[in-house]
Amino acid sequence: MAVLGRICLLLALIVCVYGVGASLYGVRSGRTEFSDSGRRAVYALAIVLTAAFAVLELAFLRNDFAFNTVADTSSRTTPTFYRAAAVWSSQEGSLLLWAWLLSLWSSLALFLVRRRMRDVAAYATAILLGFGGFFIALMIFYATPFATTSPAPAEGVGLDPLLRFPTMMIHPPMLYSGYTLCTIPLAFAMGALLARRVDADWIRATRRFAFAAWLFLGVGILLGARWSYSELGWGGYWGWDAVENASLMPWLTGTAFLHSLMIQEKRGMLKVWNVSLVLATGTLAIMGTFLVRSGVLNSIHAFGGATLGVPFVALIGVLVAGSIYLVVSRRDMLRSEHRLDSMLSRESIFLANNVVLVALCFVIFWGTYFPLISEAFTGNEASVGPPWFDRYTVPLALLLVLLSGIGPVIAWRRATLANARRNFVAPLLSALVVLVVLLAAGVSQKPFALAMFCCAAFVLGAVGQEFVRGTIARRAIAGEAPPVALLALVRRNRRRYGGYIVHIGIAVLFVGVAASSSFQHAVEQRLSPGSSARVGAYTLRYVRPTATVTPKNDAAHTGSTLSLGAVVDVSKHGHHVATLRPSEGFYDSGEPAQGSVGHLIGGQAVSHISMSGGLTRDVWTAIAPDISAPALARIVTVGNRTLPADEAVVALGFLARAYLKNPPPAQFHFIVSPLVMWIWLGGLIVFGGGLIAIWPAPSAVRRRVAMRWRARSAHGLARA
Amino acid sequence: MVWMNPARKRTVRLVVALSAAVVLASALIYTSFSAASPALSPSQLVRQAQPGRSYQLTGKVVDGSVRHVGNTLDFSVADRAGATTIPVAYTGTVPDPFREGREVIVTVDKQDGRFVGERDSLITKCPSKYKAAPAGEKQNY
Repeated sequence: MAVLGRICLLLALIVCVYGVGASLYGVRSGRTEFSDSGRRAVYALAIVLTAAFAVLELAFLRNDFAFNTVADTSSRTTPTFYRAAAVWSSQEGSLLLWAWLLSLWSSLALFLVRRRMRDVAAYATAILLGFGGFFIALMIFYATPFATTSPAPAEGVGLDPLLRFPTMMIHPPMLYSGYTLCTIPLAFAMGALLARRVDADWIRATRRFAFAAWLFLGVGILLGARWSYSELGWGGYWGWDAVENASLMPWLTGTAFLHSLMIQEKRGMLKVWNVSLVLATGTLAIMGTFLVRSGVLNSIHAFGGATLGVPFVALIGVLVAGSIYLVVSRRDMLRSEHRLDSMLSRESIFLANNVVLVALCFVIFWGTYFPLISEAFTGNEASVGPPWFDRYTVPLALLLVLLSGIGPVIAWRRATLANARRNFVAPLLSALVVLVVLLAAGVSQKPFALAMFCCAAFVLGAVGQEFVRGTIARRAIAGEAPPVALLALVRRNRRRYGGYIVHIGIAVLFVGVAASSSFQHAVEQRLSPGSSARVGAYTLRYVRPTATVTPKNDAAHTGSTLSLGAVVDVSKHGHHVATLRPSEGFYDSGEPAQGSVGHLIGGQAVSHISMSGGLTRDVWTAIAPDISAPALARIVTVGNRTLPADEAVVALGFLARAYLKNPPPAQFHFIVSPLVMWIWLGGLIVFGGGLIAIWPAPSAVRRRVAMRWRARSAHGLARA
Repeated sequence: MVWMNPARKRTVRLVVALSAAVVLASALIYTSFSAASPALSPSQLVRQAQPGRSYQLTGKVVDGSVRHVGNTLDFSVADRAGATTIPVAYTGTVPDPFREGREVIVTVDKQDGRFVGERDSLITKCPSKYKAAPAGEKQNY
């Protein structure tokens, strides 16, 4: 099987090289049959890589430990669901996923433009196949997913328990889809510059892909935050970690591009800026991929012992140099058709939003790569922590949310006083009401959070007003009932109203972030059964210990061998609120040196947090039981000495019973955090709004189908 | 500003915007250098540590050194080569993968001659997550 995979990779590389050559020759010589053939090479690449991916996925599902990557990241005890997801948990597997997704998305993009903008598409084909070839070459020469060992080991190491979390199934594909989709606008932008066709065509062709990249990347980032919140036993969702930042940066420049491209479409301005943003977004996406694999920066998310630094630095160097050369050499073509009329117009608000987003990106870039920068200047590696990031990102985020409320209601070209009066009264009033209510409720000690709530209210007021006005206008024209009118309104202007919904989602999300980071109560305490801790207004009591021997199936079905936990009673002012059951799962390390019993629990220990989530607050609990308490350690030692491997599980039963009878004090981590749910809800709203905005308008689909039908019947008629 | 011609006005605007950007960027760069904590190994830390400054200590958790005392976690961090060890008193969140023998990064400062970990600053470098096979090993085509 591995041979088949290796053949697929070799074929894929050949297809890439051929495709690059064919499309470049085709566009240079004007022989379209060659550029068409280059495009078909992308389809072929998608097919070959699908086969390669299927080979690897099958190897994981069949427990084929002859594959090194299967033996390293999977095992018979890893549940099937996580075996299927383990494919992309390794360096090699994730490279394959990257290349595979790239080939699929490129095929779709090139298929959609197959009859238009041929020369731009031909260059884009060559660039996309170049990326594909780069990743495939990495898999052939540096980290091959199809390396094998003979004879095959009987058992694998198993998937890292930290990754045994349901979103593992969709988080990496989402993120990688986002990254790979970022390269499609980049390829078309470069194609347009190379072919000297910098009209709005390439923007129209890739707008939807840029939007999809933005959407997938955003969802991927949020799923990662969710994983961090519920799996890492840390209780935070964002830590300004290098890899988190790496995924946020292209998202920020992508957001900027999605706004400024509207100015290019409407007014023919900002062409240089737009091209630069697209090129920056694509390059940042590649840099994000690089960061995880190079080992240059410390991160808990990076691939350990990664060695792919040099090829990636070369690729990024080529990308940056190529981008700068193209923009500078084509600058005459990128002249603006108009000038900014007024500082108070939608254009200038969009421009301000772009400046803020790029500034945010720069701050994050500087902070993320600071260890390298500082080493270059001072010779000492040093890093900046979350407080440094917060100092700059919090004010910028406030400004950004405020602008996202002003943008939708301010007039194009030049805002007048009448326009301001008509559009700004309702949003300002809603912000004011929120301010008064919150001050009356005594929320004044956190000025930034307060400001964020007011900005969010402003956005909701502004966007709500747009929806109400649009609905009323439709009712007046079509005489529809309000809900029908609202639906029709959104359906007729998907992009506009989908965008507004995204703004609502972002406002909701930031309210969640501001509230949960400013008004959080966290307590770490060692408790024995019966004792309790106070966290904010809540009392959490350690009722009794729990212990389960789970060689096959633990509650969350993640394949741990033993789980020790607690029943925690949550009450507020004497009233019972919830009963929580946090636990910690212990995993088999597979190392015989730890003894027949010791290895069963000697692997990674992972918190299974338990929380009572709600719209207003989350009560979050995690436990770290003391498994090395003397009484428990003795059982392991005795078991190691007396029990053979196949009976060792018995000792875990003793261990569990001893733990229940005489529980040693356990370390608890309690967090009461308001409005965390709003972050995930905001994310869902953004996703929904994004889907509405990206969906092809029904009229456009119908028009296309009708046109094709007409063309076909005309063709038929002509033949008859 | 009425007396300026449009081109002049644009230039002024551009200069103002650019200078604002330069000022902000220098503030950013300046604070990053002053707020950063240098990453040091235990042996470097022993040589360079000054009281009142924070450092990012990187190294391996020494076998047998982990102890819970009340809410404080005591452990020692050693050089990769293992020569120098530094005891750290830490409070706050302990990441799941933390255990003896693992590589950790923890922000510490020197207080009264001993090293105290900054709250919630402990990061574990997890060797098994995303494990990449060492080059040259287990590759028999």
